[in-house]
Amino acid sequence: MGHEYVPEIATSRDGKEYEVQGWQGDFYGGKLGFWLFMLTEVMMFGAMFLTLTYYFTLHHADFINASASLNRYLGGFNTVVLLISALTMGLGLLKMRSGDVKGAKLMIWATILLAIVFLGVKAVEWTAEYNHGVFLGLDALQSGNAHSKAFGEILFFGMYFTMTGLHGFHIIIGIGLMIWLIKRINANKVTPGHHILHWNIALYWDLVHLIWVFVFPYFYMIGAGDVTGGVTHGH
Amino acid sequence: MRLFMFTFFLVAVSTAMLMRLELFAPGAQFMDGDTFNQAFTLHGVIMIFLFIIPGIPAIFGNIVMPLMIGAKDVSFPRLNWFTFWLYIVGCIIALTSLFNFTGEGLDFNFADTGWTFYAPYSLNTGTNVITTLVAAFVLGMASILTGLNFLVTIHRLRAPGMDFFKMPLFVWGIYATAWIQLLATPVVGITLVLAILEKYFGIGIFDPAKGGDPVLFQHLFWIYSHPAVYLMILPAFGIMSEIIPVFSRREIFGYRTIALSSASIAGIGYIVWGHHLFTSGMSDIAKTIFSFLTFFVAIPTGIKFYDWIATMYKGKIILKSPMLWALGTIITFAIGGLTGVTIAMIGADIHLQDTYYSVAHFHYAILGGVVFLLFAGLHYWFPLVTGKMYNEGTAKIAFYLNFIGINLLWFPMFIAGYYGMPRRYFDYLPEFEIYHQISGVGAVVIFVGLTVMFLNLIAGWRNGEESGLNPWHATTLEWHCPTSPPPLENHSKVPYVDFKPYEYHHGEPVVKFDYETMKRID
Ligand code: HEM
Ligand SMILES: [Cu+2]
Repeated sequence: MGHEYVPEIATSRDGKEYEVQGWQGDFYGGKLGFWLFMLTEVMMFGAMFLTLTYYFTLHHADFINASASLNRYLGGFNTVVLLISALTMGLGLLKMRSGDVKGAKLMIWATILLAIVFLGVKAVEWTAEYNHGVFLGLDALQSGNAHSKAFGEILFFGMYFTMTGLHGFHIIIGIGLMIWLIKRINANKVTPGHHILHWNIALYWDLVHLIWVFVFPYFYMIGAGDVTGGVTHGH
Repeated sequence: MRLFMFTFFLVAVSTAMLMRLELFAPGAQFMDGDTFNQAFTLHGVIMIFLFIIPGIPAIFGNIVMPLMIGAKDVSFPRLNWFTFWLYIVGCIIALTSLFNFTGEGLDFNFADTGWTFYAPYSLNTGTNVITTLVAAFVLGMASILTGLNFLVTIHRLRAPGMDFFKMPLFVWGIYATAWIQLLATPVVGITLVLAILEKYFGIGIFDPAKGGDPVLFQHLFWIYSHPAVYLMILPAFGIMSEIIPVFSRREIFGYRTIALSSASIAGIGYIVWGHHLFTSGMSDIAKTIFSFLTFFVAIPTGIKFYDWIATMYKGKIILKSPMLWALGTIITFAIGGLTGVTIAMIGADIHLQDTYYSVAHFHYAILGGVVFLLFAGLHYWFPLVTGKMYNEGTAKIAFYLNFIGINLLWFPMFIAGYYGMPRRYFDYLPEFEIYHQISGVGAVVIFVGLTVMFLNLIAGWRNGEESGLNPWHATTLEWHCPTSPPPLENHSKVPYVDFKPYEYHHGEPVVKFDYETMKRID
């Protein structure tokens, strides 16, 4: 940084001196701000999960049917990929804090790679679904025609594409952030002594995988009974 | 930014004037029903999303709040800059949705759904709902980030010694508001996104034809939009709590109760949204609970009112224009608030919902509460920000015009609404004519009042007299700056705060500073 920021001093009546907290270089302020931002994401996805839950109670059987048609292997694989990426991201932060900048960068690159794998698998899944005629805007998800699915299934897939789409959007943003982070590290703007950006992006990545940890069971697992034969359809 | 906002305010006021003109006599005058629908939507959308929600936080929160807590700036100045541009982008998108570019030539095609965008109508109408929704979403994002910035600023950058209970009450108002911005706005944001996706792809969430539930939209919408009305009023109450002690030259009565009532209003505000759905299809149990909970909001609000009045009791009241606006608001907001309690009762609301009674209620609360207090703040902090003074006599005339205007404009509407005049109609039965005519006259009066006020402030800014450092003998930190207007970095030195925000003794401020060193010299 150009010139160091020197905190100001306030003096009380009895002559005691107190350091004034400036907005410059406020590590805790930066952290607090980002935590608050994460809270807004939680509220956003929370509203969607609420919607999902509401319709699940209304259209129980339809949801389970629709869920059964999703590809649990690909979804499960992606869950593992994302969990590993959370690990690499965390390791990267640890390395940064312990001064190993090179190792930190390596870990970030690994995270980026895993994120791309995740998106690739997601693309394969969506394409397969599209080929089965199940996609936003296709006949099966509209009402009143020969291919229309049941109400609950339309809603299930509507939410499925919305939420996994929004989640995928967060992954893309995350990749962008990590590339930016690497640039900042290369430019010596993020260093072991000043790594708030790294910290916050790691936090972001944690939230992204945390959301997936809820998305996965809610969409992929509720219909798993059909495959294993554990659940019978009765009301 | 301020310029933008007030321009939009004037656009919305002009739209309202056109509506009132149309309503002056029964039957169609110069607008057909469709145009009227777009007119009230435009008016509502601008007033709510472009003017009143960002209004007080952006104008005073950004400028005055950091000064009040002795900070040099907000925590994230660059984020602040970014939210400013988000706001501009949101405004531009909102404006583009006014016009239709696809048809032959250019014609007006603003959303005609009302500012609430209720499904399923908003999903089916052919007007530019999508762009309006995108605009509202972008503006919501700006609002979230502003709130986040304020929260961190208030938590991190208070001057040494200033604990939460030494903060000025306006800061408390902003603080409670910021939590609402942060926690409620994302919900409406995602609701708008779902509505957009619904319109583009037909995902079915709010569309009964696919098993979706349009009432769900109303729930999600009001989970944000009810807290949002407190988001509007809390900073406004904060302004009131600044003005009342300063112009009574007395310490505020019940400081802690006012501070905590702001927090509890913000909290309770989250769990009352159902009172907007009394006629939309909810179980009776839910209705009863929501009605019951709604009454609870009145308690902290009432506490505030008593505190303000108790502050004035035996005070040395100085009737300058900011105080006049504040006092006027006590009356108009009381009318708005008490009529609000009447429609919190299910039985009464079944009759009054979607009539002019509720429109009158929220105009008394928003126009006669939030906007009036915004104007009070405008007059109060004018010398701080510009270093100049407006013409006091003209300011008072402007106030009386506005005050008379609002009562003429909206009081008859309580009666018309009570007798069954529905809202959002461009036509009515002859028996309602008299009310609409009085109301039309009131609209003209308030319009003149607003014009006088703005011209007076502009004239004051251009060539008013020097105001001096602390013209109102106020006690809070923003008035303890070495120059007026304050220097670029706010306080050149930050004081140590070991005093309460409103300390008066025999009508004079207690705390005095040496502006060189910012040490206390009293
Ligand atoms: C300056 C004087 C004002 C006048 C003359 C005025 C007039 C009106 C009129 C005639 C309507 C239409 C009522 C109906 O047909 O249902 C309306 C609706 C509305 N006004 Fe105002 N208004 C004024 C100020 C404000 C302010 C300051 C705000 C908020 C900050 C505001 C917010 C609204 C909202 C939210 C609606 C409802 C729109 C809808 O139905 O979607 N108004 N106003
Ligand atoms: Cu409400």
